[in-house]
Amino acid sequence: MIFLQLFLQFFKTGLFSVGGGLATLPFLYEMSNNTGWFTHSDVADMIAVSESTPGAIGINMATFAGYLTSGVPGGIVATIGLAAPSVIIIIIISKLLSQFKDNKYVERAFYGLRPASIAMISAAGINVARIALVHLGALDEGGNILDFFNLPAIVLAVILFTASKKLKWHPIIFIAISALVGIVFHFGGV
Amino acid sequence: MKELLELYVAFLRIGAVNFGGGYAMLPLLERDLNEKRHWTTTEELMDYFAIGQCTPGVIALNVSTFIGYKRKKIPGALAATIGFLTIPIMIILVISAFLTNFADLPVVKNAFAGIRVCVCVLIFQAVLRLWKKSVPDNIALILYLVIFAVTVFSGLLPVKVPAAVLVITAGIFGVIWQTARERRRQA
Repeated sequence: MIFLQLFLQFFKTGLFSVGGGLATLPFLYEMSNNTGWFTHSDVADMIAVSESTPGAIGINMATFAGYLTSGVPGGIVATIGLAAPSVIIIIIISKLLSQFKDNKYVERAFYGLRPASIAMISAAGINVARIALVHLGALDEGGNILDFFNLPAIVLAVILFTASKKLKWHPIIFIAISALVGIVFHFGGV
Repeated sequence: MKELLELYVAFLRIGAVNFGGGYAMLPLLERDLNEKRHWTTTEELMDYFAIGQCTPGVIALNVSTFIGYKRKKIPGALAATIGFLTIPIMIILVISAFLTNFADLPVVKNAFAGIRVCVCVLIFQAVLRLWKKSVPDNIALILYLVIFAVTVFSGLLPVKVPAAVLVITAGIFGVIWQTARERRRQA
């Protein structure tokens, strides 16, 4: 019975959270209040874990909350519940798209959708850069302009950018190298 | 069956290294599915991300379902989506079971501070690569700048504009503008 409840709760979350993993957060807080399956601080912990593991944050949250509630099967059921609505909806849209692909209005809509899409990707990049490349608080704390820039991180970024243009390595190799550099040079400040 | 397995494995690989959410998936998709396997095109990827932005659910999953469906209909959609989910589910279950303070471990904090630098670079490169095809003229450039500004400075705006609203508005604008352009050309 708990599995059915888990499935339905996360199905609802997946159905109504539009626009990426963080959109699931309000639903998770509400679920926490209504069911007591996990606490608000569990949610906060999970945001930290999601940022340090692969996969989308919404999915990670579902797996974690499901696990807290009823172990490994709970984690799997909650994740499937979260994924189900988006899979169903996208399959329907795919069917429609393949029928209307050559429709001129669909084509015109995409003239506007593509710049929108890449603008949001750029904004996501800026959001990561704000955490990774600069110290936002430094200027308020009376530091000078040099304290604002996280120099080691910027040096790494420039090296990665140049190297990946020349060497056609798979992104995972650069990710692994960056992780090592981060550990060796204590990028996290600990 | 062989193709379904290929889809599953391709998305399993992407799911295993997709740090930092849906948008960080783009460089991996470009590399693995577009350049290496020719399963999608750049335009299609952009379309999937735009639609994923205004449909429910996690964007990374939406994009996996789209590509899987395009290759092998519903079985393909399921193979790709389950492939994408496999590794993250396993990792979170292991972390939940054994490492309650995983995110506080110094080695994890340092490694991920490094990985975030790489994620910015990868996203930046993806934007550069997609630029020409997504922003073909000045009108598209203005649209890009407006949506970029609204998204980046969303904290400063009096009301929060949901991403879905931006995307739907951009789509409607595309229809209106291109239709008007077509009319002018004929007149």
